[in-house]
Amino acid sequence: MTNTLDKIKPGQTVRVTKLGGEGAVRRRIMDMGLTKGTNVYVERMAPLGDPMELRLRGYSLSIRKADAEFIEVV
Amino acid sequence: MKIALAGNPNSGKTTLFNGLTGSNQYVGNWPGVTVEKKEGKLLADKSITLTDLPGIYSLSPYTNEEIVARNYLINEHPDVIINIVDATNLERNLYLTTQLREIGIPVVVALNMMDVVRKQGTFICVKSLEEAYGCPFVEISALRSEGFTDLLNKVYSVKGTEPQKRLIFDHHIEEHVNELENTLGDLNYKRYYAVRLLENDQRLGIEVSKETLETAERVRKELEGIFDDDIESIFATERYEYIEKSMKTCHKCGLKKTFNPDTILMNKYLALPIFAFVMFCVYYISVTTIGTIATDWVNDTLIGEIIIPGAQNLLASIGTSEWLIALITDGVIGGVGAVLGFLPQLALLFFLLSLLEDSGYMARIAFLLDKIFRKFGLSGKSFIPILIGTGCSVPGIMASRTIESESDRKMTVITTSFMPCSAKLPVIAMISGAMFGGASWVAPSAYFIGIVAILISGLVLKKTKPFKSEEAPFIMELPAYHMPKASNVFKHTWERVRSFAVKAGTVIFVACIVIWLLSNFNFAFEMVDSNESMLADIGSVIAPVFKPLGFGTWEASVATLTGLAAKENIVGTFGVLYGTAEVAEDGMEIWANLQQAFTPLSAYCFLIFNLLCAPCIGALGAIKREIGKGKIAVFALTYQTIFAYIVTFIMYNVGKVFF
Repeated sequence: MTNTLDKIKPGQTVRVTKLGGEGAVRRRIMDMGLTKGTNVYVERMAPLGDPMELRLRGYSLSIRKADAEFIEVV
Repeated sequence: MKIALAGNPNSGKTTLFNGLTGSNQYVGNWPGVTVEKKEGKLLADKSITLTDLPGIYSLSPYTNEEIVARNYLINEHPDVIINIVDATNLERNLYLTTQLREIGIPVVVALNMMDVVRKQGTFICVKSLEEAYGCPFVEISALRSEGFTDLLNKVYSVKGTEPQKRLIFDHHIEEHVNELENTLGDLNYKRYYAVRLLENDQRLGIEVSKETLETAERVRKELEGIFDDDIESIFATERYEYIEKSMKTCHKCGLKKTFNPDTILMNKYLALPIFAFVMFCVYYISVTTIGTIATDWVNDTLIGEIIIPGAQNLLASIGTSEWLIALITDGVIGGVGAVLGFLPQLALLFFLLSLLEDSGYMARIAFLLDKIFRKFGLSGKSFIPILIGTGCSVPGIMASRTIESESDRKMTVITTSFMPCSAKLPVIAMISGAMFGGASWVAPSAYFIGIVAILISGLVLKKTKPFKSEEAPFIMELPAYHMPKASNVFKHTWERVRSFAVKAGTVIFVACIVIWLLSNFNFAFEMVDSNESMLADIGSVIAPVFKPLGFGTWEASVATLTGLAAKENIVGTFGVLYGTAEVAEDGMEIWANLQQAFTPLSAYCFLIFNLLCAPCIGALGAIKREIGKGKIAVFALTYQTIFAYIVTFIMYNVGKVFF
């Protein structure tokens, strides 16, 4: 079942299937290692609910939900 | 020989740079942008220049830092690139390596933090890495200065050699890249340009033939068809897939599980209280207790009782004329001294902030507060400058350096001085004491208006051109926590303190002389009391401007002007103008005069205007320094003054109806 990354609950691991969006933000997301086929573990939400902290490729990345919305995962 | 140092942010780049060059470095800005540029000669060999490129994750054409780094590599032709890589975060760091490799300049990879890697029990096979990436890898620890000789030996050995070819991409892509390279003739860095052309990079920096462009267009379409994806995604995915593959043979993760402090520090319920406590400690130590004690001592004892009388005696004994003695002691030493007096406070503050930064907590603060601040066009990191700004705008403005996003940083720099700083407190005390019987709501209302001014400005400025264009994404690495290293923290602190002191010696020095001359001479260049000086004349000319705000007297205008030198001057100026030479901090001696000159409403408007309008010369200097371009500094000044005018105008005219 496809979902977008912002909907994933902390503690779950998902795989990236598609990157929407465009331009600088999208490129930055890919440069940081969120490419097609990457496994991503959702570590936590910030205490105020946004942004979210991800674990991928051996490091921690924080990303706003608004940007995570463009990332499709299974 | 020229070496470029490139690497991800947080990879220990600056530590390595300092380790290799010692402290004899040149710091400047890259032309046209406010990204810091550092150059230095190697300690081991003075004929070699090392250039520290900005920390980047990629050579994409989207951020200032990336463009600066690209342009340097392509236009300045360094002989060797040292690519520093955080070995504890190998996979993502190697992404940049794949891009640097394809330029064609020999690369040596410095595997940093190997000591930590070993401690974690992780195994990295250097041989397989060299095999996979076709360039030397050297294990180093920048913090412990280990492996530097090895690194330099490798640099010498690759200089002038042709880099080995490696097939990073799928064969379809490799073929097409080759095809495109062949259309580029005898251009330097062909592979780099070919890949950029395929990626449809709009900031290539060179003119290419129509044939090349058409080939790129056709090949791009073909590849997008084969991979059923867009070209940028294809390249990024291919690079990471190659890296993943190479990681399998050369990297074995340690099994040691380390405790992650974020389980507590970023806990849903504990995070905010802990954060508030940390901030309280920083503020308490540097602004209210130790820092203030030291600053008061410098201001009152060192400068007030030792240096100024000493200088007076010395100058008098060598027969200096009286006006020159006054200029030097009251104008220069008094003015510059008042600013330098902040040094102890600043040093302590910068020290604590460096601790937060070095340990990795600063990134978490941004993570924590981003949701609130971004509603107003600011970043989570804007909090720190604003908090510090309540002590003094100058270090507050300088603290904005930790904000990476250019537009967020500019916005923070411009709005930080809206916060009432400690120099504005005497003004608040004077107005509240004289006009409102010391009512307890006056001071908090000033802070409240300061905060609202920052938030409104965030919303307003976001709509203006310089800030709109670069909506920076908040895609931020949360670096692993580690113990800050003393020498790093001291270095950080020292650099900031020094740049503050240098500014006091230049901008503020000149400004103090100018203001002193204006307030001690009339237009016939005779030395007079300040109420007959040029400043007073100017004051009466501009007084009508303030009439709509309720305080159109020349005294109030002059006080506002002298407030530009330092806000606490406002109290002193009223003292002089109302004929009392010495006034207490809250100006109690002149309360009666003020009560005649102002109504409560006009006094409050005077207060608010002076809190919001252009900050003191010290803060203006800091704004100019941090924003870089003079044009935006002028914009900042104009914006602040107009903003203050509008707010006060509304306040006075609405207030008139009710009071």
